[in-house]
Amino acid sequence: MATKKYRCTICGYIHEGDSAPEKCPQCQQPASVFELIDEGKPAKKTINKNSNAYILIFTTVIVVIVALLLSVTSGALKDRQNDNVKLDTKKQILSSLPAVDLTQGDAAETYARTIKHYYLLDAAGAVVRTLDPVIDFDVKAAEDQLPLYVADVDGATKYIIPLHGAGLWGAIWGYIALNDDKNTVYGVYFSHAGETPGLGANIATPKFQQQFEGKHIMRDGAFVSIGVMKAGQVADGQEQVDAISGGTITSKGVETMLQSCIGAYEPFLRQASAEETTNEEFGGKEI
Amino acid sequence: MKNEKLLNTLLGPLSKNNPVAVQVLGICSALAVTVELKPALVMGLSVTVIVALANVVISLIRNTIPSSVRIIVQLVVVAALVTIVSEVLKAYVYDVSVQLSVYIGLIITNCILMGRLEAFAMGNKPWDSFLDGVGNGVGYALILIVVAFFRELLGSGTLLGYPVVPQCVYNAGYVNCGLMMMPAMALILVACVIWVHRSVDKDLQEK
Repeated sequence: MATKKYRCTICGYIHEGDSAPEKCPQCQQPASVFELIDEGKPAKKTINKNSNAYILIFTTVIVVIVALLLSVTSGALKDRQNDNVKLDTKKQILSSLPAVDLTQGDAAETYARTIKHYYLLDAAGAVVRTLDPVIDFDVKAAEDQLPLYVADVDGATKYIIPLHGAGLWGAIWGYIALNDDKNTVYGVYFSHAGETPGLGANIATPKFQQQFEGKHIMRDGAFVSIGVMKAGQVADGQEQVDAISGGTITSKGVETMLQSCIGAYEPFLRQASAEETTNEEFGGKEI
Repeated sequence: MKNEKLLNTLLGPLSKNNPVAVQVLGICSALAVTVELKPALVMGLSVTVIVALANVVISLIRNTIPSSVRIIVQLVVVAALVTIVSEVLKAYVYDVSVQLSVYIGLIITNCILMGRLEAFAMGNKPWDSFLDGVGNGVGYALILIVVAFFRELLGSGTLLGYPVVPQCVYNAGYVNCGLMMMPAMALILVACVIWVHRSVDKDLQEK
């Protein structure tokens, strides 16, 4: 029988001999890339993988497959994801109430039991819409409206204000619960998108958040917020908590967030404390 | 013989061919996630899963990829996998996906993935590639865990968030080393790991 033919799969060079050459003389590839050409059948037409047409078709096919996969995954999982996000938001709101134990029972059920009212306030602190905290959970406050949750913890009324701000790397947010005097902090919850683990991310730890409990945000009837101070520094005219060492920018972000977010509610907070002096039964009154 | 080669593919990256300590890849994420032990564990696990899957996919289509666009194709496959895994986590284990948030994105840019796809999966069969991916992922996780262990212990006095340094030691004047929390310490610790590794394994020393 005549000599066998070997074809280099990389450049298409044809070698004649008993075995594949050690190296392809054209493209220097090793012997392993050579394939034996079966003389019995005509050589299979090989596609030049580096031609522009092949590359164009290949990339189009890959991109279409990937795009299809991604859209199918996203479409199929969207509802579940939205439910998870909603449940998580409910958990976060409840996390600002230290007395509520989220480890027991269903969070959605605990939410329905604890959060009694969901109001939208205008800039002057008056209620413009009264919503059901469960059914109208998806209703977002318009730009000039302020959302306010009212919780009932063991018979005591707590006001929960959502917070949004910026940390070092991205968004930080949280909820602050006030006692019915609208001055004393009952509890806080902070979370973040991607602060540095061990440093700024520590705003999400109970150790940091517990410092806020019992602090006052008002002084002489005006809103003064709470300072987040480095060890040794003393806040001027407001109560303070310790900042996170190594997480200065995130700590300052928390301070700014408290200042600006709760500040918007100042008319509401003042009106409340003013009313409280005249009306002892404020908790039972529709605001 | 065959099994021995496969075993070597799987176990080689744990020590002799460790992606972090020997090839010095993936250092960027080693800085970011090793302040605490928990994110290091999570990141190690996610990289292992993704690198193994991506290796298999690339290995399956390796003969059809035009060499001039192979890096882009690898990147697209990795990014698609990471996105799908992240979407599935979001739908079924939301708590885990919240913890992973940033790290998921970091996986796409991890040099170890591109390194393994380019160096191994492009030239080997799917099963070998899968083992190579698992080996490299675990090798990467090992170094991360060692570094994170020391950074969390010395930097915060905790492990996995639980305090381990007793209060009496603090009372006696011990202070947590704030320097350990800084990214630069991760590099110094990785260097220490490489030092110890090479003094134990003489083969790795350069002549």
